[in-house]
Amino acid sequence: MFTDFGRYILLLKAVFKRPEQWKIYWKNISHEMVYIGVNSLYLIGIISVFVGAVMTLQIAFQLQSDLIPKTIIGSVNRDSAILELSPTISALVLAGKIGSSISSEIGTMRVTEQIDALEIMGINAPGFLILPKIIAGVTMIPLLVIVSIALNIIGGYIGGTFSGAITGSDYYRGITEGFNPFTIVVSLVKAFFFGFIITTVSAYQGYYVKGSALEVGRASTSTVVISCISILCADYVITDLLL
Amino acid sequence: MIEIKDIHKSFGDNYVLKGISGKFEAGMNNLIIGGSGSGKTTLLKCMVGLHEPDEGYVLYDGRDFTRLTKDERIDIRKEIGMLFQNSALFDSMTVQENVMFALNMFTKQSKEEKLERVNFCLNRVNLEGKNDLYPSELSGGMKKRVGIARAISMQPKYLFVDEPNSGLDPLTSIVIDELIDEITNEYNITTVVVTHDMNSVMGIGESILFLAEGKKEWEGSNKEIAHTDNQRVNDFVFASKFAQAAKEKL
Repeated sequence: MFTDFGRYILLLKAVFKRPEQWKIYWKNISHEMVYIGVNSLYLIGIISVFVGAVMTLQIAFQLQSDLIPKTIIGSVNRDSAILELSPTISALVLAGKIGSSISSEIGTMRVTEQIDALEIMGINAPGFLILPKIIAGVTMIPLLVIVSIALNIIGGYIGGTFSGAITGSDYYRGITEGFNPFTIVVSLVKAFFFGFIITTVSAYQGYYVKGSALEVGRASTSTVVISCISILCADYVITDLLL
Repeated sequence: MIEIKDIHKSFGDNYVLKGISGKFEAGMNNLIIGGSGSGKTTLLKCMVGLHEPDEGYVLYDGRDFTRLTKDERIDIRKEIGMLFQNSALFDSMTVQENVMFALNMFTKQSKEEKLERVNFCLNRVNLEGKNDLYPSELSGGMKKRVGIARAISMQPKYLFVDEPNSGLDPLTSIVIDELIDEITNEYNITTVVVTHDMNSVMGIGESILFLAEGKKEWEGSNKEIAHTDNQRVNDFVFASKFAQAAKEKL
């Protein structure tokens, strides 16, 4: 475990070396941004709407009391979405979608000697392959989380009003009352670190693959497991530090 | 010229190279041959810096490659071209992008100049007009030829070739061998070829280093190898009935 951590740090050191040609790196960064951000929008959107709707129904079920105003349902749903559900669920889903893809892509390049070909040419292979993915991850995942928060809250409105658990006006009052903008900062800090974890862990797993296609598959599986555990640990630490 | 001195390399308890020395001359096809597990590919990887030797030196025209840091090696790396066993073309790039890759990364040429160089390299390997194809659309022999075009795009002084004929039919193998031979002579490149293809040995083996169990067993040329008394070399080179029959006719 310590050896792996040491190699992970050394890989990151190599990743953040000055690029040979910024122009080519920018092209790769935009490509990765489209892949990580735009191509994940649909999946994150569907998940967020349903999570928001279900959360509203469950909160309404738990707060069935004449002493508690219905507007609380909207407030609780909003804060849950901003602080926990949108960043964490999005990150766990993206660890599966993006993490395994990055790991397979780099792992396949390793076993087919494409990484060796880069090194022979004198190109900093970790920087060329991994830096664009990290930059895309730490910029696009926070943006996805913002979209997720919005859709989560909209999902809560649709689910709550459709089932009759809450009226539209109560829900609207609930989500607008007592809003603390700092929760958004916490959410974005989480998303930034989750983006970093997903891209670097998956890149590390792929970069050091040895053997054949079978090992590439194993690296993908390890990526998802390690990323998910790391995301949950980081979630606790960031929450503890910031709230 | 490339010179290797007393190269040792082990992986854990597996002692792969046990003190190999040799010289690889410019403008010649220098072949490294030997059976499976004899250390050919490991030696090649030590020479290009993909593996670090435990002991010994690799000198590129007197420049000690093994003692340089990763950053200091970049200047020598720009003079190296390599053709990999499975070609190692970048899957996500077209033929043109593969060949242009090093030019984009390391030169300040205009797009037209780079395109001209790419077309020259592709013409040289008889692949004119294939610029927009992806590696998945190419046959094994075409991939090798694109690999050669990519390797020579930066006008290398040193060309390393790992098993150029693996997976190819005999006719395509001869085409690839001839191409390597022509390019080596035309541009006075120091070419090092790792192979266990006997057609290559007899066809282009101007200088041959035979490895066995991680040691240099024999060295000479393709003219000398047919008449050597070395039993291990004979067992290896004339293993097939076809080769034995050819030897008897010699």
